[in-house]
Amino acid sequence: MNAVVKSGPSKLWTDQNRRFDPRRLFRSALPGLSLLIVLAAIYDFNPRAISYFGFNLMLNLAVPVALATAAQLCIIAVSDLDLSIGAYVGFIACVTTTWLPTTPLLGTAAILASIVAYGALGALVHWRQLPSIVVTLGMSFVWLGLALFVRPQPGGLSPVWLSTFMGLHVPYVPFPIVAAVVLAIVLHLVLMNTAFGAVLRGAGGNATAVGRSGWSLLRIKATAYAMAGVLGSLAGLSLVGVSSSADANMANGYTLLSIAGAILGGAEFIGGRISPIGAVMGALTLQLATVALNFFQLPEVFPGFRIPPEWQVGAQGIILIVILAIRALINRGEA
Amino acid sequence: MDRGIIDLSEVTKSFGAVHALRGVDLTIRSGEALGLVGHNGAGKSTLMHILTGTVAPTAGIISADQNQRPDYDVNIAKMLGIRCVFQELSLCPNLTVAENTCITHRPLSGLGWRKRAGKLIIGKLDEIFPGHGIMPGAIVSDLSIGRRQMVEIARAFTKTDIIPRLIILDEPTSSLDPSTSQQLLSFMRRFVSEGGATIFISHLLQEILDYCDRIVVMRDGRVVADDIATEFGRSKLITTMGGAAGGHQVSSPESARSASSTGNLRVRYRAKTQPTGIELSVHAGEIVGLAGLAGHGQSLSLIEIFEAAGGRPGRIEVNGQVALVAGDRQTDGIFPLWSIADNITVRSLTALTRGALISQQRAGELAKSWKERIGIRTPDLDNNILSLSGGNQQKALFARAFGSNAETILMDDPMRGVDIGTKLDVYRLIEHEAEQGRCFLWYTTEMDELAYCHKIYIFRNRQIVAQLSQDELTEERVIHSSFQEAV
Repeated sequence: MNAVVKSGPSKLWTDQNRRFDPRRLFRSALPGLSLLIVLAAIYDFNPRAISYFGFNLMLNLAVPVALATAAQLCIIAVSDLDLSIGAYVGFIACVTTTWLPTTPLLGTAAILASIVAYGALGALVHWRQLPSIVVTLGMSFVWLGLALFVRPQPGGLSPVWLSTFMGLHVPYVPFPIVAAVVLAIVLHLVLMNTAFGAVLRGAGGNATAVGRSGWSLLRIKATAYAMAGVLGSLAGLSLVGVSSSADANMANGYTLLSIAGAILGGAEFIGGRISPIGAVMGALTLQLATVALNFFQLPEVFPGFRIPPEWQVGAQGIILIVILAIRALINRGEA
Repeated sequence: MDRGIIDLSEVTKSFGAVHALRGVDLTIRSGEALGLVGHNGAGKSTLMHILTGTVAPTAGIISADQNQRPDYDVNIAKMLGIRCVFQELSLCPNLTVAENTCITHRPLSGLGWRKRAGKLIIGKLDEIFPGHGIMPGAIVSDLSIGRRQMVEIARAFTKTDIIPRLIILDEPTSSLDPSTSQQLLSFMRRFVSEGGATIFISHLLQEILDYCDRIVVMRDGRVVADDIATEFGRSKLITTMGGAAGGHQVSSPESARSASSTGNLRVRYRAKTQPTGIELSVHAGEIVGLAGLAGHGQSLSLIEIFEAAGGRPGRIEVNGQVALVAGDRQTDGIFPLWSIADNITVRSLTALTRGALISQQRAGELAKSWKERIGIRTPDLDNNILSLSGGNQQKALFARAFGSNAETILMDDPMRGVDIGTKLDVYRLIEHEAEQGRCFLWYTTEMDELAYCHKIYIFRNRQIVAQLSQDELTEERVIHSSFQEAV
């Protein structure tokens, strides 16, 4: 027998029942804390930005990014990774601006077919035991090609109802925040609080065990991917609603942004460990970080100093690395 | 009492050339605790997988409740109430205790499922392991290994829509401490007395003898004894597992008898959990065997020795270069995209360089000479390694180790699933290399291979519990030491 015997039964009880573990608390609070820090920085640089209109402006693009992150999270839940979500969002945006306003039936059919295709991809990944990274990397070129086929030149029209919806003025709380909160709650309920969500995450943690319990892993994977397809489609729609035109390449950055958001929110690359609320916060943090840099200035020393916009992407990367480094430190202390 | 929950008739299972089960007849009735024993490779695990429907038999008939079920699979086993606590844990580490319960119980869904799942599992834990102290909301990866095992056992006994009728416990006490083991065994008796059935697999023979009604002994993929428990005693069980009754001497080649522990000390090793007592030592020219039940620390010790090479002597002392022949060649051994020649020479690249570059000519010569010596059957060494049969792939791995400058070769049960022709080729070469002064540390699950060793160390619970010289080697003694209880 192993060390458990040596230590005797009394020592058995030490590993658990630490309901209040400061390390764990800190780790789960990390996404919220980083969001707060970014908000505090914005307030420090420009207090007027923390207002109803300020948030509407700053979080303009946060809804599509948060939806894409949610899509990525469904894939991460089953221990896979989706490198095609950005191209897919771009494709849906192209379909929306090209077909939805004029031939709504064709547009709707195209979007539904893409969701089915996403589910089929999940089935394929399981059936042939293919690495999801390779399959979705290949698919990203397929989606991009299809997007260019639908809309060779940038432009198009946003359906009126969509722009109206995305431009909704909710009293007191800015619409993007309402949307993000609703998304976080729904996602949390579905993935963390239903039995179905537990099975889905279980497949990410120990697929063999879930299979031995009589679940079809094929169906689990297909469902997870189809859910990602639905959320990705919503991301494409909301992106059009905000920007009112489309371009095949408009959402390419979403692939890495969605992974970064999910990881920032507390998810692990493998093992089915996810945190939906954290992921939405992660997406908002990355979105706001770019804004914070816009406001950043050193008034006393260099009054005219501004961080060049091309540094913003790099800043998102640095935030990600810092947060992950902190998390790794917490984890190491725990082990 | 006579109604069989499940009947196996002439069930066989082959994995390629390996016959895991060679015709098993077995009936499991309600109201009995069946003990299942057997040495490594006797077919216990395969049999359990067939009963739970995770592996389909190659041939044979499975009947449940007197009805033949040719379509027997996981879901049918589940419907019948047949469940298994597998030896390798099958909980999802990222989920909570309650969530893991819901994975095996479909009715646990809808509103309030989490609460019901938690209640179900905690209720069962309270029943089996009073004072367990496990919370339903605890994430499994935060629990100690013993507690995970408790959750898994309790989960197997929980009831929602399907009544558990046959619970298979595969080495359930291996990670439990004595008092929790005791709780489990008493619960098992209660479960059986209420009409359930259990199959209990353990290497602690006393547990089997004390708590089972009937004992089935397996050997070489067959059931060799099946009788009520009182008909067996410790020694009878051991002799039945080992085959021929009495002191069956393993026939060994002449070379193995001329033990020569006079050469230079190459490896000295003491297991981590072994504060005092037997130390393993290997001298130049020696072939040393590691035996015992699979998973009792043999592979671990080889890896520790490998990693200690070049370090300062402490608990482990290693002199000279070491090479390891991995047992699981698919994951640890071959480079699947490389040619046979590249696979052979990769361990020796530093010796094959001319200036900064690898000399293709010298690499080719090395690979070619070992192809001849070890008899790799291929028309061209530049073919992909996967073009070889499994046995020949393993030969290439031996060639990699033997062709290197290592004085000590560690072998991690390398002959699993290898045909007899290849084995004989490799045995011959090992003997020859040992005569040249190389030494071998050889973990094997096959009794016949121990015959080639000058001395044998037997592992149990990650400790060395016995040392046998070649003259003392009998199959019975190996099994005896492997199964012996801590007194």
